[in-house]
Amino acid sequence: MISPIQDSYVVLKGVGKSFAGSTVLTGIDLTIPFGQFVALVGKSGSGKSTLLRLIAGLETPTSGQILIGGSALREQCAQARVMFQDARLLPWKRVRDNVGIGRTGDWRNDASRALEEVGLSDRGADWPGVLSGGQRQRVALARALVSAPSLLLLDEPLSALDALTRIDMQRLIERIWREHGFTVLLITHDVEEAVTLADRVILLDEGKISVDVHIDISRPRQRRSVRFGELEQQILGAVMAPSAIAG
Amino acid sequence: MSSRSAPKSQRLSGDVLLQFLLSWSVPAIAIIAWQVLACRGIIPARVLPAPTAVLRAGVRLWRTGELQNAILISSERAVAGFLIGGSIGFLIGLANGLSRISEMLLDSSVQMLRNIPHLALIPLVILWFGIGEPAKLFLVSLGVFFPIYLNTFHGIRSIDPGLREMASVYGVRSWSLFWNVILPGAMPSILVGVRYALGLMWLTLIVAETIAGDSGIGYITMNARDLMETDVVLLGIVIYAILGKLADTIARLLERTLLRWKPEYQQ
Repeated sequence: MISPIQDSYVVLKGVGKSFAGSTVLTGIDLTIPFGQFVALVGKSGSGKSTLLRLIAGLETPTSGQILIGGSALREQCAQARVMFQDARLLPWKRVRDNVGIGRTGDWRNDASRALEEVGLSDRGADWPGVLSGGQRQRVALARALVSAPSLLLLDEPLSALDALTRIDMQRLIERIWREHGFTVLLITHDVEEAVTLADRVILLDEGKISVDVHIDISRPRQRRSVRFGELEQQILGAVMAPSAIAG
Repeated sequence: MSSRSAPKSQRLSGDVLLQFLLSWSVPAIAIIAWQVLACRGIIPARVLPAPTAVLRAGVRLWRTGELQNAILISSERAVAGFLIGGSIGFLIGLANGLSRISEMLLDSSVQMLRNIPHLALIPLVILWFGIGEPAKLFLVSLGVFFPIYLNTFHGIRSIDPGLREMASVYGVRSWSLFWNVILPGAMPSILVGVRYALGLMWLTLIVAETIAGDSGIGYITMNARDLMETDVVLLGIVIYAILGKLADTIARLLERTLLRWKPEYQQ
């Protein structure tokens, strides 16, 4: 029943990237089916952010090929939306106008609906400057959702939030993903977060994929379950492995 | 409830009143002392006439229509010079901020010219244009040009690259990028330039009108100096101060309107 495109929505073939002589990524082969929630973990400097930026079209690969929805990626892809570590809201635009940025035509209803989804329907007329860090990231999420993306790229969007806000946001992202069914690539340095949210966790080590595991725990996930602990330990062990330290 | 909140608001308005009285007490005392010293003849009227004498000179010149005329002419010069120099500075600042080629072509030349104090050009400007209107417009435009240019250029270059990247991910390009991201992002810096330029505008005009001219506030004060009318000279100085304050107030209002998104402009 699944068409080839559905089965391989994002495809990377031998993708490499180097900046001014130093190699960041080499020979990345990766296939992500449509609707899968993938978490990318790795130490800082492992190239995970670069990989996301390549898929977002913010960088061009030095070698290899990236296909999204069956067609080669050129510049930014309209179906992909990025959430950054910082919310990157325009401080001179009210929340609703930030959500509708880049949209033409009648976007106001869509913006209101997206704000409602992230629980900020009453903050549309506020300036971003008065919002808390967590609220700003919610607005950034609404901005990503408003154009009904088929691929959501999350570049450590929760790393600057406090622990409670973070758990809130994790639940929100999981809920919205389950409702919309789009494909998600989440970068995180938090293995627990990866195991909580993702269908599949990929570990990047020195520019290569070193671990690729499916998280076979039913949702909603209990962080205290035995299987959760096993998987978390397995991935953490791989992250901390001597080969990674040696580099 | 109301009985509890009433004293608080009274206390608040009391604080405001106290603040007002404190900040105005020093100038008020200075003016009263000046008036007393001048009336008793301790300060000769030729050196410093009493505030009431300055006021009388103002009323006298207002009745003849000279004062309004001079204020109008000086303000026209200031505004015209500001608009000419400001728009050239803004446009070159935009060009250099947006295009590396334009920057390489123009920026170092502008930076070199900036080192010449524009008032040092007065003798040259008089040789070129005589003492008429073009000379004054040229000097004011030149004085206004540099702060507007520098702050527009700097404002565009200091826009958070993360916001530009976000805009590009969300498909915001060309005109939309300029209107929604670049111009509002550079606006705080541009307005700093505007405020600075307004100060330079009056300064340049005062110097230009005082050195050479046949109309305007500077002309009235120089004429009065020849006739030893110290009260009119003082009047001219006061008028310049009021006009300068007015320009600054307009700049503040502009900031409050255009930068109302800034947390410091929200109650």
